Amino acid sequence: MLNDWLYLGIFLIIAFALPAVAILIAGVLSPKKGNPIKNSIYECGIEPIGESRIQFKVQYYVYGLIFLIFDVETVLLFPWAVAYKQLSLFAVFEAVLFILILAAALLYAWRKGALEWL
Amino acid sequence: MSFLADPVNFITQWLSTLLIGWGASASFTQLILYIIGAGALTLGALFFTVFLIWLERKIGGRFQDRLGPNRLGPWGIFQPIADMLKIFTKEYITPTGADKVPFNLAPILAVGGVLAMWAVIPYASTVFGVNFNIGVVYLIAVGAIGDLGIIMAGLGSNNKYALLSGFRAVANLISYEVPMVLVLLIPVLFSGSLGMNDIVKSQQTWNIFLAPLAALIFFTTSIAENGRAPFDLLEADSELVAGFNVEYSGLKFGMFYVADFLHSFTAALVFSTVFLGGWRGPGAETIPILGFVYLILKSSLVYFLILHIRFTIPRFRIDQMMDFNWKFLTPISLVLLMVTIVIDKLIPTDLTFIRISVHWAVNILIWVAADRILSAALKSHPAKVVARPRPLARPPHVAVDEKPGGEI
Repeated sequence: MLNDWLYLGIFLIIAFALPAVAILIAGVLSPKKGNPIKNSIYECGIEPIGESRIQFKVQYYVYGLIFLIFDVETVLLFPWAVAYKQLSLFAVFEAVLFILILAAALLYAWRKGALEWL
Repeated sequence: MSFLADPVNFITQWLSTLLIGWGASASFTQLILYIIGAGALTLGALFFTVFLIWLERKIGGRFQDRLGPNRLGPWGIFQPIADMLKIFTKEYITPTGADKVPFNLAPILAVGGVLAMWAVIPYASTVFGVNFNIGVVYLIAVGAIGDLGIIMAGLGSNNKYALLSGFRAVANLISYEVPMVLVLLIPVLFSGSLGMNDIVKSQQTWNIFLAPLAALIFFTTSIAENGRAPFDLLEADSELVAGFNVEYSGLKFGMFYVADFLHSFTAALVFSTVFLGGWRGPGAETIPILGFVYLILKSSLVYFLILHIRFTIPRFRIDQMMDFNWKFLTPISLVLLMVTIVIDKLIPTDLTFIRISVHWAVNILIWVAADRILSAALKSHPAKVVARPRPLARPPHVAVDEKPGGEI
């Protein structure tokens, strides 16, 4: 078990180091001739106007909130799914109840108009 | 154990006996083998991507009735290698006012997050990275790192298009994770384990036969998670120029390119592991290399399907995409999960044929019901769109002389 984590650690280090090393090598090989016009921000070919930190639609935030609820609740379902084979029918119905509450939350968000893209 | 049947374990044993013969301790040998294994797998995946880029361009060319790359080498197979050599010598341009740390970290996270998914996938009956007891959760968690890279690229570029793309990435990738996680519960509860290797081993009958609708939903959501067409709103050329990678150049851009191609093949790999029985097939238990061949064949088939969808279906609008997820896929997967857990508890596991047919019947029933509800909703939709107030070119309160030939 501990060896698994060791292998995973090595794997993750290599997986993140490989692109980093490639980018560094390319950085050494590539020319460096920056100038203000080249480094300016792209905006349809004209010169950029105003701040690039623009306001964002509040709908993105609402979707983020709904996602948080769903993700936390589905993570709670994973240990239950692992134990599914040993469970009685009663425990299964309890899980159905849990999912129904989740569905009710979705329905509530839907009725309140949180899922509309305005 | 012969070399031909199981090359990976053959080399591993040969190396470990060699190292121990040189006087290395057992744990040190294990460490060296881990490093070699992980390095070979990640490097292999990256070089495989070069082939995938060629494949996708070639197949894409055929779909669009043109030749695709055909100059360098037979069938243009050396084209991506030439591109790779070229991109290594291209200049990095950092836009003024860019947030340097997220800007430079984003391509690394995008590729690393996808590569990290390869750690838990079983490639053959004896060859797997780690048989994690939290494999599925790990896959979902690590899959989100690539999306984090996209969001960081959007925020760090100091560009309006990139920022919009970052927002869309949040909306798209986050939303589609909900039905994906919900349907991934179904194979987990069939096999009773979160480990990828256990999931493959438990598939006496492939999960796609037991849960066809779950497989379909998982397939759709994994395309959306990649940000592939028809869900490629985060790099919609006609709206956002190139999306989150507008300001990237050189190999930093190349890394996003690699991440995109590798991610779609990884999605195919995960799909065939979870739903198509992974390395399972005739003779795969005794001759492990056959299992590897089966896995590659299955994931190539799924990959081809992903390509087919990419080149066939036009892009959705963002509101359509969010509606499709929250008002269609999520309710379906909730209902599917509820029905599946009750039905699978009622039927004994050993009655395989009855189990499969009941599951199929129920899945088709859910699908037909969902389709009916959807088409009924869509029938009233055009009327609603037409009824909406629209901006007029000429506001009604502005008086205009309507006389023919009159001056305005």
